Amino acid sequence: MVDVDLSLVNWSRAQFAMTAMYHWIFVPLTLGLSFLCAMFESIYVRTGNEKWKAITRFWMTLFGINFAIGVATGIILEFEFGTNWSNYSWMVGDIFGAPLAVEGIFAFFLEATFFAVMFFGWDRVSKGFHLFSTWMVAIGSNLSALWILVANAWMQYPVGMAFNPETARFEMENFWAVLFSPVAISKFTHATSSGFVLASLFVVAISSWYLLKGRHVEMAKKSIIVASVFGLLGSVYVAFTGDEAAFENAQHQPMKLAAYEGLYKGENNAGLVALGMINSAKKPGDSQHPFLFEVKVPGLLSLLANRESGSFVPGIDDLVYGNKEQKIMGVAEKMKIGQKAVADLAAFKQARKEKNDVVAAEALTRFTANKEYLGYGYLSTPEEAVPPVSTAFYSFHIMVVLGTFFPVLFIAFLFFTLKGSIRQQRWLLPLGVLSFFLGHVAGQMGWAVAEVGRQPWAIQGLMPVKVATTNLAVGHVQATFFMFLGVFTLLLIAEIKIMTKQISIGPEGV
Amino acid sequence: MAGPFTSVYTFYRNGFKAMTVGRTLWKIIVIKLIIMFAVLKLFFFPNYLKTNFQTDEQRADHVLEQLSRPAVPNH
Ligand code: HEM
Repeated sequence: MVDVDLSLVNWSRAQFAMTAMYHWIFVPLTLGLSFLCAMFESIYVRTGNEKWKAITRFWMTLFGINFAIGVATGIILEFEFGTNWSNYSWMVGDIFGAPLAVEGIFAFFLEATFFAVMFFGWDRVSKGFHLFSTWMVAIGSNLSALWILVANAWMQYPVGMAFNPETARFEMENFWAVLFSPVAISKFTHATSSGFVLASLFVVAISSWYLLKGRHVEMAKKSIIVASVFGLLGSVYVAFTGDEAAFENAQHQPMKLAAYEGLYKGENNAGLVALGMINSAKKPGDSQHPFLFEVKVPGLLSLLANRESGSFVPGIDDLVYGNKEQKIMGVAEKMKIGQKAVADLAAFKQARKEKNDVVAAEALTRFTANKEYLGYGYLSTPEEAVPPVSTAFYSFHIMVVLGTFFPVLFIAFLFFTLKGSIRQQRWLLPLGVLSFFLGHVAGQMGWAVAEVGRQPWAIQGLMPVKVATTNLAVGHVQATFFMFLGVFTLLLIAEIKIMTKQISIGPEGV
Repeated sequence: MAGPFTSVYTFYRNGFKAMTVGRTLWKIIVIKLIIMFAVLKLFFFPNYLKTNFQTDEQRADHVLEQLSRPAVPNH
């Protein structure tokens, strides 16, 4: 489906992006806050101090609100797969359908048992079993993010599966290669740990607000200590896994890396842009400078991208037009191979229809030889392989800047709280409140890097987004876009209202 | 002495009865699920291949048809 209306493709993209972004407002808070609740409760069980119990119950209520409002918002993405991305979902349905369904059932039973104990079980089950249930909720919630992230990672780095042209489906060749692909590991660890950071910022933000108001001071300070330690460890982990994600990008999606670094001409000993402003008039292959201004750390990009100082990092121009010296094949060449693969697929289909087994077998052999570049056969121009550079660039740099700011913030909160002077830090407390929103910004930017940066591909190198889209009327997609916008906005308003009400009531007795 | 089923039942019943914020949350969950499944899924998000084709063979054929069209310039 290549002669598809581009505005349909873009509206389908916008719809998916909007629902995924809204979904990601609720998810990371669930991922991180569940662990924080388990930590608060562990301290309560160890110390037997009832104040920790009140603290745990307070954060657990907020966790419950976020969970209830956010639960099942991800199912909307599955609706969209079936309706708007039918070609894609047919092709991968065999592989991801079953694990996602199993995960859903597992999550349901986990929630029905351990959630119930967590919320209804205070004073009804033993302290130990209650604590166990809270930990199970935390582990289970995080595990239920696994398959969807594995599926996403597979789209970025399709390993362990083979395309069967008979059924037009991908078939599993190696389950473990899919599950433990380095991209899947870095995606799962980076995405979940970003949730740990966000939830820590949430606790710090609300506690800062209490301190500014002079309310629930003891609980706020206690909460800040736990959240700052967890947030600091989470931030280190996020940076570590983010570095791994960038390394994987360099290995498997070099175009994405080049785009988010604004690197057009590849170089040895490439520098990492610390600060810069993209020249939006710049096009691949022209002689304009990519930046209006930039500050670079010399050599750092080579080191981070390849873990080898002085190494060559390809730029957009090398990847689009090829670079013989570096043995990089250009997109035009890949397009030619891809076009052959598409033609062979058509020949295979035709021969099968005519029940001509010999011709079908020949077409299949040719297709198999060229299928690695199948996706390039659908591109109209080599430049189509370049993602939107400035969106990728700014998203990446905002995320990383925030990723360096958060640990500093957690250290400051921890330091002043332990020192006993946190209430006097009138500059720090508003920053603490604001930081929760910055945490959301970082996470949303992260997804923009991963998803805008991989354009035009739905499945890297194999299927561009325009081929994955169902040919629906644009009006239909627009209508459902606004419907979802309405539903999600209402949910968000409900979340904010119920949360703020609960926050203003505050915990009991601390 | 209540059997295990009875005690699980009372555990849930008492839990639901004692809910405060939970009541509002459950209402939201139910409304949300109704909107999602009874309205959005039913009327706006049919599974395209399931509704438009009868057999898996036809579905595969349709997808293959889409995949075997060569590139044309964007418009
Ligand atoms: C500290 C330095 C950081 C680095 C080097 C970094 C690096 C990256 C990279 C390279 C990606 C793209 C992965 C892909 O293409 O698949 C990414 C994605 C992402 N980042 Fe970061 N990141 C950092 C900090 C943060 C922070 C602080 C947050 C949020 C609190 C965050 C949240 C995300 C999310 C949600 C994604 C999308 C999911 C994923 O692809 O893993 N990142 N990050």
